[in-house]
Amino acid sequence: MKRIYAIESWCIDCKRCEVACRTAHSKSKDPVKAYKVEHVPGARIHVEGDQHVSIAVNCRQCPKPACVDACISGAMQRDPETGIITSDPERCVGCRTCVSECPFGCIHVESVALKCDLCGDGHGEPGEPACVAACPNRALIYVESEGCHHGE
Amino acid sequence: MLDYVLPRYRVLRDKDECIQCGVCERSCSNGVHHVDTDLGRVTADHSKCVNCQRCVVMCPTQAIAISKWPQVGNGTNNWTLENMQDIAKQAQTGAVLLASMGNPKPYPIYWDHLLLNASQVTNPSIDPLREPMETRVFLGSRPNVLKVNEREHTISPKIPPQIKLDVPVMFGAMSFGAISLNAQKSLAMAAEELGTYFNTGEGGLHKDLERYGKNCIVQVASGRFGVDPHYLNAGAAIEIKIGQGAKPGIGGHLPGTKVNEEVSRTRMIPEGTDAISPAPHHDIYSIEDLRQLIFSIKEATRYTKPVAVKIAAVHNVAAIASGIARAGADIIVVDGFRGGTGAAPKRTRDNVGIPIELALAAVDARLHDEGIRSMVSVVASGSIRSSADIVRAIALGADAVYIGSAALIALGCHQCQDCGSGKCNWGIATQKPDLTRRLNPEIGAQRVVNLIRGWNREIQEMIGGMGINAIDSLRGNRLMLRGVGLNEKELEILGVKYAGE
Amino acid sequence: MVPREGDVRIPSGCAISGIMDRSGTRHDGTDILKSIALMHDRSNGLGGGFAAYGIYPDYHDFYAFHVFYDTREARSETESFLNDCFLCEKQERIPTDETVRSIKNPPRIWRYFLQPNPHKLAATEYDEAEFTMKAVFYINSQIKGAFVASSGKDMGAFKGVGYPEDIGEFYRIQDYKAWLWTAHGRFPTNTPGWWGGAHPFTLLNWSIVHNGEISSYDTNRRYVEQFGYECTLQTDTEVITYLFDLLARRHGFSQEMAAHIMTAPSWDDIDRMDPQQSAYETALRVVYSSALVNGPFSIILGSEEGMLALNDRLKLRALMAAEKGSMVYLASEQAAISVVCPDAENMRSLDGGVPFVVQLDEVAERKAKESPVNEPVPSKLKGSRTTAPVSTDRRGV
Repeated sequence: MKRIYAIESWCIDCKRCEVACRTAHSKSKDPVKAYKVEHVPGARIHVEGDQHVSIAVNCRQCPKPACVDACISGAMQRDPETGIITSDPERCVGCRTCVSECPFGCIHVESVALKCDLCGDGHGEPGEPACVAACPNRALIYVESEGCHHGE
Repeated sequence: MLDYVLPRYRVLRDKDECIQCGVCERSCSNGVHHVDTDLGRVTADHSKCVNCQRCVVMCPTQAIAISKWPQVGNGTNNWTLENMQDIAKQAQTGAVLLASMGNPKPYPIYWDHLLLNASQVTNPSIDPLREPMETRVFLGSRPNVLKVNEREHTISPKIPPQIKLDVPVMFGAMSFGAISLNAQKSLAMAAEELGTYFNTGEGGLHKDLERYGKNCIVQVASGRFGVDPHYLNAGAAIEIKIGQGAKPGIGGHLPGTKVNEEVSRTRMIPEGTDAISPAPHHDIYSIEDLRQLIFSIKEATRYTKPVAVKIAAVHNVAAIASGIARAGADIIVVDGFRGGTGAAPKRTRDNVGIPIELALAAVDARLHDEGIRSMVSVVASGSIRSSADIVRAIALGADAVYIGSAALIALGCHQCQDCGSGKCNWGIATQKPDLTRRLNPEIGAQRVVNLIRGWNREIQEMIGGMGINAIDSLRGNRLMLRGVGLNEKELEILGVKYAGE
Repeated sequence: MVPREGDVRIPSGCAISGIMDRSGTRHDGTDILKSIALMHDRSNGLGGGFAAYGIYPDYHDFYAFHVFYDTREARSETESFLNDCFLCEKQERIPTDETVRSIKNPPRIWRYFLQPNPHKLAATEYDEAEFTMKAVFYINSQIKGAFVASSGKDMGAFKGVGYPEDIGEFYRIQDYKAWLWTAHGRFPTNTPGWWGGAHPFTLLNWSIVHNGEISSYDTNRRYVEQFGYECTLQTDTEVITYLFDLLARRHGFSQEMAAHIMTAPSWDDIDRMDPQQSAYETALRVVYSSALVNGPFSIILGSEEGMLALNDRLKLRALMAAEKGSMVYLASEQAAISVVCPDAENMRSLDGGVPFVVQLDEVAERKAKESPVNEPVPSKLKGSRTTAPVSTDRRGV
């Protein structure tokens, strides 16, 4: 499947990916409304570091995901067809077990767990997730990959 | 001392659109923007803004625009705000005013007074989608006559070394130091992809770029930075830089702050020291000295590479160019006064030199009159802004052109003319790692390739419209140009007729 | 006043035709007249003419000058100049048929059989050909009202303002016998009405008839100017003639090679060639890039060797060829060949950019034995054509 990878050497700490992520997960898909009206919860991608060294931290969509195994409510699921791992906000109880299990620190909780769902079909190439399309420097790439086998 | 200098620009922020995401703050190396959580809004220090427009482009909600500082002038044409600001700056600092990029003054731009021809009825225009349309150019010196064995299809002696351009455009000299390695690498990758050349400028050839040597012209300038036999042989051609259109008669000055470890190694100078190129080459005080340098370089490269000589377009450019041809140069590069620079004294940039259009026409005419035009190649540079400018330049007599500013604009440059500060927000004219990282050469190369591919297609359309299917037949073809808004003398120098004639 | 040829550049379309007997047997002008007359609609009455080779066997070694005079003064000035520079074997009016009513206001037309005055020639740095060429340039540019229509040996041009068939009648070309005839009917886009501007264009033994408008004109002009040619007529034929003269006579290439240089193979084709051939063609294109002729044209070049036909690289102009025995026919239209030789064989359209060379049998035999390496002629032909090869100050004579 296609996965998002962050390239540290090209990350410039602008955090446009975060804005794009929140916008993509708004109802209106409009950044102004997403921030000012809908108050969409935090981005599912996070740029860590500062202007000298930075990298976007984001879900690797592990083939054998520790978060899914650990989820106590069954909210965290991996779609067997697409391989995309999502958390169902209706079922999530906000216990943070997934947060502690994720080896990459890609999940955070604002009352419920928030994580990348490979949103796609925003701007950019067809199917390209919003953060990848918004990155000005190809520090995020969306490529076919076997994925890492963490947790096997 | 109170600084009397006014801000030049004002950041306009649409409060309704601003989501306080902070992208602008993190994008600005000049520290203009600040997300003020106390005030609950984003503030701006207008005086620091250089109008590079990085924030405008980066803002996810298009909430930002930059405007001129709304200070009204005093109504005189003489003491303009700019003149007074310059005085204020010098009164403050006592220094020479520095500036970057090309001459911005409202001198005539002759390109915009030259119109192109097209075929109607008496001969057919040629459609580049259906017929071959050749834009390949070779640069180098040639004999007037070839000795050919027509039966065996051999030529002896062989012709002098040439470089092959698939498009009539090269990337002009911009040194590593003045621009970032990523910027130079972008141009190198684009040159390779396009079948043309980038130029090292006087900054040596970084080891990472040696693999692009066959698409590289290595420059030898008055400071001789980075020059050794390995360097001379690493490129496809060598260019001796005598002068530069943006600052004729002036050397170069790369401040020590830009001479980091990599620049230091590539230039072969100590880290942190100013790299000062003398105004003249101190082994060239006359034309016969130039001949010696040309042949030293030819010896060092065993006559396998063409040698170019680049001069700024100055008053006597035609005679100088003729002398350069006779001194043994294979390629003459003429750089007009609108050519860019990383840094130049403002008064020199704005007042010295002449327009490339007139210089090129004069050089071509002089070489032609002396019967030596076909024996050397002529490259024009100094603000080629579009494919139409290239067509005009070739019709005025150039074999090919160099572009510098246009290529940088493709990389993101917005001509803010603040290259000298070393804080280029586009990652071009800077050596700061957090800024150079902003220019991913993969993206940069792609943008430059796109630009030149687009231009080349336009060139093919335009010359096809003229009924020409090889760019060879455009060179010096001034019948394809007509002037508008020019006086008799200008028409005479340009060698073109008035529109309607 | 409408500007005349040379004051402005006048685009024109045309009909061209050529008939040659490879054996060297001479034929009168009946067929060429018939051939060009058939293409009446391709000209508009503003220019027509013929070139004929082998017409002056009795004066084989003399430069035959055909000269137009507008005035008596022009003639006396020209003749006194010719007497200075040349030894004149014979001079006479060219016989014309003044009853051809459509031909209006012809100039006085004279011919001279000349050899350069050996003393004068020796005093210059030129060879015989360049000496003669300089004299032609001088008369055409400096003597008002005089124009040299042709200046080769054992050949001549018969041209003027009118339809070519009327011009042929006017000059009584049926009375001449030639082994090579070429003809031209012109369709200029305005009305210069000047006899000197009609075609064929000639220079020494070269004659060119041409159909087309070359878009590389100014590039080609500036190129040949560097070698001392001056394009005062501003016509395509003029510049193409100079290109042939430069490449074939002065650089020593075969005519076929000269034509090949002018219609060089495309870079796409060169890139597909084997390395040696590719390097060879690349060197030719690089050195002679300004000799590349661009835009639509079909030409027939006449010379003492025979004729050469050439189409532009894209084949934007018509040109047909056919043969019958030792006869070779060329024409803009197939019908213009069929009308004179209904059973002509091997009728075909010539390919773009491929020179079609027809040599006299004896020339072909001789060439096959010659060295295939060109021998450039060191030329002194520099500077302005407005100077005579010798001083024109006759007080000293």
